[in-house]
Amino acid sequence: MITFEFVNVLMGLMMAGVAIVNLRDRTSAKRYNNAAFWGLYAVTFLAGSFLSDFMNGLVVIAMVLVMAIGKLGGPPPEASTRVQREASAAKWGNRLFIPALTIPAVTLLGTLTLKRFSINGTPLVDAKQVTLISLGLSTVVALIAGMLMLRPPLRAPMVEARRLMDAVSWAAVLPQMLAALGAMFALAGVGPVVASIIERWIPLHTALAVVATYTIGMALFTIIMGNAFAAFPVMTAGIGLPLIVHQFGGNVVIMAAVGMVSGFCGTLMTPMAANFNIVPVALLELPSENAVIKVQIPTGILLLAANTAIMYAFVFR
Amino acid sequence: MLPLIGILVVIVGFALRVNPLTVVTAAALVTGLAAHRSPVEVIAAFGKAFVDSRSVPVVWLALPVIGLLESAGLKERARMVISRIHAATTGRLLLAYLALRQLTSALGLTSLGGHPQMVRPLVAPMAEAAAENRFGELPERTRFRIRAHAAAVDNIGLFFGEDIFIAIGSILLIRGFLEQSGYHVEPASLALWAIPTAVCAFIIHGTRLVLLDRSLEAEAKGAERPRA
Repeated sequence: MITFEFVNVLMGLMMAGVAIVNLRDRTSAKRYNNAAFWGLYAVTFLAGSFLSDFMNGLVVIAMVLVMAIGKLGGPPPEASTRVQREASAAKWGNRLFIPALTIPAVTLLGTLTLKRFSINGTPLVDAKQVTLISLGLSTVVALIAGMLMLRPPLRAPMVEARRLMDAVSWAAVLPQMLAALGAMFALAGVGPVVASIIERWIPLHTALAVVATYTIGMALFTIIMGNAFAAFPVMTAGIGLPLIVHQFGGNVVIMAAVGMVSGFCGTLMTPMAANFNIVPVALLELPSENAVIKVQIPTGILLLAANTAIMYAFVFR
Repeated sequence: MLPLIGILVVIVGFALRVNPLTVVTAAALVTGLAAHRSPVEVIAAFGKAFVDSRSVPVVWLALPVIGLLESAGLKERARMVISRIHAATTGRLLLAYLALRQLTSALGLTSLGGHPQMVRPLVAPMAEAAAENRFGELPERTRFRIRAHAAAVDNIGLFFGEDIFIAIGSILLIRGFLEQSGYHVEPASLALWAIPTAVCAFIIHGTRLVLLDRSLEAEAKGAERPRA
């Protein structure tokens, strides 16, 4: 059976490749730091499932120390010039889109079909992880298609992966680190403490005040935690269920559904949601860390107001 | 109050502009210590939490092939395609992508978009090219603004589309949580009540994209005048 370990191996091999390309690049002043950073990251993928929790923790801390103390180097300059790339674009035409669009196409196909196959009664893939496994497979298929079409040197994909990974740099690891932070918050019981503070300090006598506290609280708590999934259980146990549903007789489905999307409004406005808001800044080479958040804030606020109105209008019907 | 010390670390660290990865790591370790665990236990819990979250960075697997295609002119090709479509404006193009992203996410196809696979190589260069068609060479500031909008559209389309799909993580989380609290709810009814917000999101952000076109036009005219 193909499990999520397959994806871990792919990630590990890629990160190891990025580390090796860095190590061999004599023009880079920080090549040892970058190689250590990506190399340690590769270890968490290739050996993470077999090492003890404590060892994994040490590897991750070492990774962060390399970055914090040694600093990481930036990406190398692009090997091709714009004129070269334009000539290549004219030569290949729209065929260039084929490998790129293979990724979503194969992911979709795999997600829809892979679950059905089994060998001697054992399913071919772990059904719970089918989307991620399909995504992993699709990148392999796309890479093979790209290599067959363009016929670059064999090391080209790793050289390019290194150029892009070093451009994104530490931001590539931030979303995962935030997920780990969320788990530590849960361990320490951060949620209930926050809910009790809100209950103590905000006057909740009218239905509108309760609804607004719940939706805005969802957004604010999401801004702090970076994730609406972390905010939802806390706010719903603290305010949604006891006040909106029990005290004011609101509909539990509408409360929950609109509450969750109110949290998503918060996701639009926080650097803690790094994979949505900070990673694209690095990927698109934007100068200001908050460039994407700035664009999203007006939509986030207006939509939060809309959500509050929707919930108030329908939840007590 | 002690468990909140991690949040404090995050807020102070971000405010002092310390590297975010360092800040978040420190916050995670401090939070563990605040829960009265021994350092060895904290490091182990942290290691487990990090390794358990390895599904988060999977999108990076697209980079080898995207980088390969970029060096063969993928972004330049995306620009060429848009430059032939004269009706294309930045706002209209992003509006079309917003609709597509919301609809496909609502069908559960959340992996059809994404910043590394779609926005960097295709959507952002197309949105820039659409503005170049109309206004010529763009100042860098405008270029950055358009790119940020391209990234935002991908997020907004995803967030306010995916909740309409019944088997997505957020719906499963809501259902599981309410089940534990003694309420049985149908995923389909939760998905149904995500639709009003999805419509509002499209109207609000769609309007802003139409206004973006106007603001780009005003900016281009404003830039021409002092030169003349």
